[in-house]
Amino acid sequence: MALSSTARLPAAPPAGPASPARRPGRLRRRIAPYGFLAPFFGLFAAFGLFPLLYTAWVSLHRVELQTSDRMDWLGFQNYTRLLSDPFFWNALRNTFTIGVLSTVPQLLMALGLAHLLNYRLRGRTFFRVAMLMPYATSVAAATLVFAQLFGRDYGLINWVLSSLGVHPVDWQANTWASQFGVSAIVTWRWTGYNALIYLAGMQSIPGELYESAAVDGASRWQQFRHVTVPGLRPTIVFTVVVSTIGATQLFGEPLLYEGNSGGGISHQYQTLGLYLYEQGWTFFHLGRAAAVAWVMFLLIVLLALLNAAIAARRNRTDR
Amino acid sequence: MTHVTTQAPAESVAAPRSSAPRSSARRARSPLHGGPLAYAVLIGATLLAVFPFYWTLVAASRSNSELSAATPALTPGPNLFHNIGEALQQAEIGKALLNSLIVSSVVTAGVVLSSTLAGFAFAKLRFRGRGALLALTVGTMMIPPQLGVIPLFMVIVKLDLQNKLPSVILPSLVSAFGVFFMRQYLVQALPDELVEAGRMDGASLLRIFRSIVLPVARPGMAVLGMLTFMATWNDFFWPIVALSSQNPTVQVALKSLGQGYVPDQSVVMAGTLIGTLPVLVVFALLGRQIVGGIMQGAVKG
Repeated sequence: MALSSTARLPAAPPAGPASPARRPGRLRRRIAPYGFLAPFFGLFAAFGLFPLLYTAWVSLHRVELQTSDRMDWLGFQNYTRLLSDPFFWNALRNTFTIGVLSTVPQLLMALGLAHLLNYRLRGRTFFRVAMLMPYATSVAAATLVFAQLFGRDYGLINWVLSSLGVHPVDWQANTWASQFGVSAIVTWRWTGYNALIYLAGMQSIPGELYESAAVDGASRWQQFRHVTVPGLRPTIVFTVVVSTIGATQLFGEPLLYEGNSGGGISHQYQTLGLYLYEQGWTFFHLGRAAAVAWVMFLLIVLLALLNAAIAARRNRTDR
Repeated sequence: MTHVTTQAPAESVAAPRSSAPRSSARRARSPLHGGPLAYAVLIGATLLAVFPFYWTLVAASRSNSELSAATPALTPGPNLFHNIGEALQQAEIGKALLNSLIVSSVVTAGVVLSSTLAGFAFAKLRFRGRGALLALTVGTMMIPPQLGVIPLFMVIVKLDLQNKLPSVILPSLVSAFGVFFMRQYLVQALPDELVEAGRMDGASLLRIFRSIVLPVARPGMAVLGMLTFMATWNDFFWPIVALSSQNPTVQVALKSLGQGYVPDQSVVMAGTLIGTLPVLVVFALLGRQIVGGIMQGAVKG
């Protein structure tokens, strides 16, 4: 590490006029902190920030996968093409519906589970670890398993349904059913994780609040509604923002659900993330894919601002 | 917010002595006892969380025809090793496991080291531009790195790293989340006096880092390391862009296994099992610490 030579302080300043001897030491001291930051910011700038910003520039060019070092200026043509492509709008719509289908039940269930996990229970550590296990699997593994469970002809879920006398569902070709299937994978993987985050938030709510609510005759439900939920507000905002961002870039689940980048025969569950991949690595149009990335970025900023505005509004109306 | 950090581990340590008298219910401990209904719901949720793992084992140990029978098998069968052998042959899974191990270990070491260095600087050193640099780091945590994949891909092609492991290692060696995590940890865990004392003794900053900061930071580094290892092992989008099925990580191999022309489901499940097993083992051994780490790291957002 380069900083070992610069960071050393003068071990024993020689006797004599102190100030000139100390000056280089002080300079080293001022520079040393940047030495500690250098490994992080060096790589971060090269592989994190630069690509993020350069995406905008690439999106204004024609760039093809096979000749990716050649860039021809296009202006906003990639964007106008995008806006006139029905598959783009389809992907945008699907991203929204799958996002709602996966985020809303996931967070509600997580809130309920966290509430239960916050009780005094036997085996609470076991429950916590078990609920987090899905988080430990990869998108690929989880999706392959669920794709099997959701199989039309031999899937376990349809087998259970038909043994209950319900008509089997085509979890792949049917638009809503397939979007439900994809959302189920997301929900399965992330519910336990969010439950733990809520649990951590709940544990910082003082117990006295519950006690005084109980003294005032509040039922468990009223305590949950009037003590837990308001106390958790910052945590809830945080999980909503993070899950929304996650939903905006959903990619692996729809890619592997049936194993093609189109997102189903009629693109019925193709998300923006998958559409980006299809443009770039199936059709070789990197420039157009960059335009999709930039649209996704704007969408995320918009959603974050929207979340912040809603949170600020709710805070005001409550006071 | 900060006191949560110290409470989460303390609380999980206290779990075994749940027979403490009821009157000792203090703040941050729920005054409510779980009734039978709470247990029923939690057991139900646990079954839902765990069943897909069990099903993977069942499907991986049966033959394809047994899986497509009118009444599917619900218990493990005898074909596990045969199917694993098939999976190893079809999708380079052996090579993929090795690749994933290399990538995840190197990335974990890089992230933990660079995050501890930068986290220490942000937590305890004063320097010009500290606030702005920290804000930049935290701000970009919210932007998914996925959005930079196209230029990143062009860079990798230019450096002639496509299909080689450095293409997945280099971009992941540092993490904004890691820096933030270690900063939060060290603000709490490392008393200013300790750093000052080191300075008074005339130790260089690097010396202080090695003999004072590192020992204090170790628990935080361990948690960050586990989370990073899991995340890197499971990473999907960038590896399938940067690598091919000839030199895959486990996730890339799983993708090609699932995309076979007529995939043999029991072989696909055998591959899934192999790919998931290492992380599950880590999880079984360190589950409690991982739970604690997530609860610590997450609240601060």
